[in-house]
Amino acid sequence: MPRFLTIVRLDENNVPEGGFSPEMGERMGALLKEITEAGVMLDTGGLTPTSQGRRVTFSGGKLSATDGPFTETKEVVGGYSIVQAKDLAEAEEWAGRFLKVHDDTWTVTCEIRQIADH
Amino acid sequence: MTTASAVEAVFRIEQARVIAAAARIVRDIGIAEEIAQDALVSALEKWPESGVPDKPGAWLTAVAKRRAVDLVRRKENYARKLAEVGRSLEHAAEPPPAEPSPGSGPEADIDDDLLRLIFTACHPVLPTRARIALTLRLLGGLTTEEIARAFLASEPAVAQRIARAKRSLAAADVPFEVPYGPDRAARLDSVLEVVYLVFNEGYSATKGDDWVRPALCEDALRLARVLAALLPGESEAHGLAALLEIQASRIPARTGPDGSPVLLADQDRTRWSPLLIRRGFAALDRAAVPGVPPGPYVLQAAIAACHARARRYEDTDWALIVTLYGQLAAVRPSPVVELNRAVAVAMAEGPAAGLALVDAIAAEPELKDYHLLPSVRGELLAGLGRRDAARKEFVRAAGLARNDRERDLLLARAERLAGEPE
Repeated sequence: MPRFLTIVRLDENNVPEGGFSPEMGERMGALLKEITEAGVMLDTGGLTPTSQGRRVTFSGGKLSATDGPFTETKEVVGGYSIVQAKDLAEAEEWAGRFLKVHDDTWTVTCEIRQIADH
Repeated sequence: MTTASAVEAVFRIEQARVIAAAARIVRDIGIAEEIAQDALVSALEKWPESGVPDKPGAWLTAVAKRRAVDLVRRKENYARKLAEVGRSLEHAAEPPPAEPSPGSGPEADIDDDLLRLIFTACHPVLPTRARIALTLRLLGGLTTEEIARAFLASEPAVAQRIARAKRSLAAADVPFEVPYGPDRAARLDSVLEVVYLVFNEGYSATKGDDWVRPALCEDALRLARVLAALLPGESEAHGLAALLEIQASRIPARTGPDGSPVLLADQDRTRWSPLLIRRGFAALDRAAVPGVPPGPYVLQAAIAACHARARRYEDTDWALIVTLYGQLAAVRPSPVVELNRAVAVAMAEGPAAGLALVDAIAAEPELKDYHLLPSVRGELLAGLGRRDAARKEFVRAAGLARNDRERDLLLARAERLAGEPE
């Protein structure tokens, strides 16, 4: 059963005021319970803003580092999950359910990528 | 993605709950499975036009419940008609269930239905193989073909096993319920055992030429996670999940590039999955219930955790493992546990102490054809420098091993000893 990394992207400059509404928090909690009871969720987490992050690059044999925020891309990674599902369609269904618990004021993208098995 | 594959994905996710909801009404898991299939057919007909509903699981469940209620009513009407024409029935029909309101109902109800389905599929009235097949089919969502492939059986044989199991449950009038009485512990044990056996078949295949079948381990692990989530108050359910998470963390290291088995002592521990180890430890923490002494799965998980904590084989806390095996032998004594304890004692106190324990259980009938008895004995004799005796034990172990990969490993071990001087 393949594992999938779902990368959650959003425009951090346009996150709705106050973040999660209480209702959205409740829906998110219920979904997390559901996905855990399905034995599917392996790991998940939300990330702090890119302003607290740092980027390290290796190029031309040299290391260089830059501080956040990373404003050159509109959408940045805001969270991730690792699920174990039978196929991409199943992982997509769970990602869709995750997206649908958000209030309509949010714009969020899930990129679902299969983790290569060694 | 096409609607058909979206519908199938939804159905795979929801299947067990849909079957469980229908089974509560019709009280027969065979019929409930057919009703669930019907609900899938309706979805395949309707969703391509109407789009996938917002709560697809609730939609499928509502359709299945409606059909289940219809079926029960039809049976009752039929029974009434029979009674009207002056026949008496041997069995009074069940009172009609309350009409389910589509898509509603507290979640606890759904969880409860799912637990009923699990406890029924693993009912002790069924032989172990039937319990395994039924559980993988109804709860693991595996097809008959997948189950047959996993257990190296023919598809018709597995299909027949499942059909027979459904009939046995109906014939034995097994109530569709979660046991809460004095037999709960034994019933839970029979559920956990099914998942444990499925995992083990994947982890150390008893026959055939694969040493490990990871897919089967993953199916078992998923079921263990489901059980732990549905039974948060059951220490042993968390213990089983912890044990399987930690065991599964080693799978990438258990086979060499050529598919040959790599034993614990020789595994490259950097290949153990840190995520699964972390999940195992978290499950083990949840298993600790104040005032409840650790049960057999919790103890086995604690032993697995000792190995997981050791960065190198040399760092293993064998003394603690000896203690844990002692506790395990007290709650669930068995010659196999004794044999494992002997290995731990040998590691903690030297091969002679281990050999004394092995020799004490060597005559156990349960171990008569168990290849690991001579294999362990061979290892301990080799440790004492008694190479010739050790070689004979490895040859004997190879003769008993049913897994081809394991047999090769044991023969190679014997061969190496033959080449070394006493």
